[in-house]
Amino acid sequence: MIEISSIYKRFEEQTVLNNVSALFDDGKTNLIIGKSGAGKTVLLKCIVGLLTPEKGKIIYDGRDIVSFNKKEMMLLRREIGMLFQNAALFDSMSVLENVMFPLDMFSDMPYKERVKRAQFCLDRVSMLEAQDKSPDELSGGMQKRAAIARAIALGPKYLFCDEPNSGLDPQTSLKIDELIHDITKEYNITTIVNTHDMNSVMGIGDHILFLADGRLSWEGNKDEILHTDNETLNNFLFSSDLVRKVKEMGNK
Amino acid sequence: MILVDSIKTFGEYILLMKRVLSQPERWRVFFRRMLHEMYQLGVNSIPIVLLISFFIGAVICIQLKLNIESPWMPKMVVGYSTREILILEFSSSIMCLILAGKVGSNITSEIGTMRVTQQIDALEIMGVNSANFLILPKITALISMIPMLVIFSIAAGTAGAFAIGKFTGIMTPEDLMVGLQYEFQQWYIWCSIIKSVAFAFIITSVSSFYGYRVSGGSLEVGKASTNAVVSCSALILFADMVLTQLLMQ
Repeated sequence: MIEISSIYKRFEEQTVLNNVSALFDDGKTNLIIGKSGAGKTVLLKCIVGLLTPEKGKIIYDGRDIVSFNKKEMMLLRREIGMLFQNAALFDSMSVLENVMFPLDMFSDMPYKERVKRAQFCLDRVSMLEAQDKSPDELSGGMQKRAAIARAIALGPKYLFCDEPNSGLDPQTSLKIDELIHDITKEYNITTIVNTHDMNSVMGIGDHILFLADGRLSWEGNKDEILHTDNETLNNFLFSSDLVRKVKEMGNK
Repeated sequence: MILVDSIKTFGEYILLMKRVLSQPERWRVFFRRMLHEMYQLGVNSIPIVLLISFFIGAVICIQLKLNIESPWMPKMVVGYSTREILILEFSSSIMCLILAGKVGSNITSEIGTMRVTQQIDALEIMGVNSANFLILPKITALISMIPMLVIFSIAAGTAGAFAIGKFTGIMTPEDLMVGLQYEFQQWYIWCSIIKSVAFAFIITSVSSFYGYRVSGGSLEVGKASTNAVVSCSALILFADMVLTQLLMQ
């Protein structure tokens, strides 16, 4: 479980996050949504410790990471898996080596067991057949799946995904969403996904936070979001024709 | 303003080196990466070092023969001067300037691309000291390979000079050999190696620094590569002056 409390973050004169508080439960897919520039990525970077907030607390299962020193932060990060917007697989390594990398660095398993564990993770994301390929031989969706396999290799307690569907077609996006959702339930991970894909919101949004101008404007789940009376959220949601039509059909 | 920026940049470089020069997380992974870098930075540089050194050795020999030889000069002067130039300056300083272009730009663009494609962020998120993981194997690899490159360069340059004597007929190989062996001082070879080790550190650390602090896209990676080569070259020349003064006194 991750709790953030009264987070403030400024860049020079601009306040990017203004008093944001939320609770992210285990085994749930928590989504952070909002327009571009709303502060989603900054919030995610604060939560994972890549940025330090000016004020506020970020508590991982009772541990406030804002007061952590470098060494404590390094140790915590071994409990974290992260899926980046562009997958961020290491170019110089094969898919299998990418997934084995966290095991090579942080586990004391013998080589054969590390290979076995990496292959298990690749199999979990249906990528075992591509284990010897290099990242540039993979499609965008396959890269994301390989990155998910790398993220879960050490059995993380926390999984963060920054725009996991960016640049993917709707079908592949759906597969990635399902994978993230299934893995979250299967391993009871605290998952936080930063997205503005409405399919993800409707599909896997167990808990949704809507950020507007750096503030938490709305909080709920996928069933509640279509019936909200929050005007800013409605403007954001129904800027898409598809979602508007779905809502109209639902009302009929 | 330029002075303040320079001090700030130097401070950032020192802070980065503090992270780089720490104990590796896993020695097994470190040695594997170091071997890979020894091949990439050292072994892959052998052809260019041999090629350039051979021709520069030949050109030095021709220039000296044409410009300084006179009836008043002993015949072995050409060979002697060629050897001293190759050992004292060309095979350490000039060869490292060439490597700054080849290896330095390669390192900056590799690390810079990793930065802009979030691969370095991925390392940090995993709890890996990315500076140590990426940069230390490069520094140790080039430092361990550079003495070999210096020796290869001296040998290739000498072979180039010898080839001129043998195949052009502008001087006899015997006169050249006498010059090449005249008052040989082993310390000069050590000077060349010591200087090149310092230059290897400059090339790898400065290029890595420029790559590591890239922000933006491919354009910035290109600019960083150019800046890295310029800075490395200037620093090598400055270090050459200081080290020559210290070592040759």
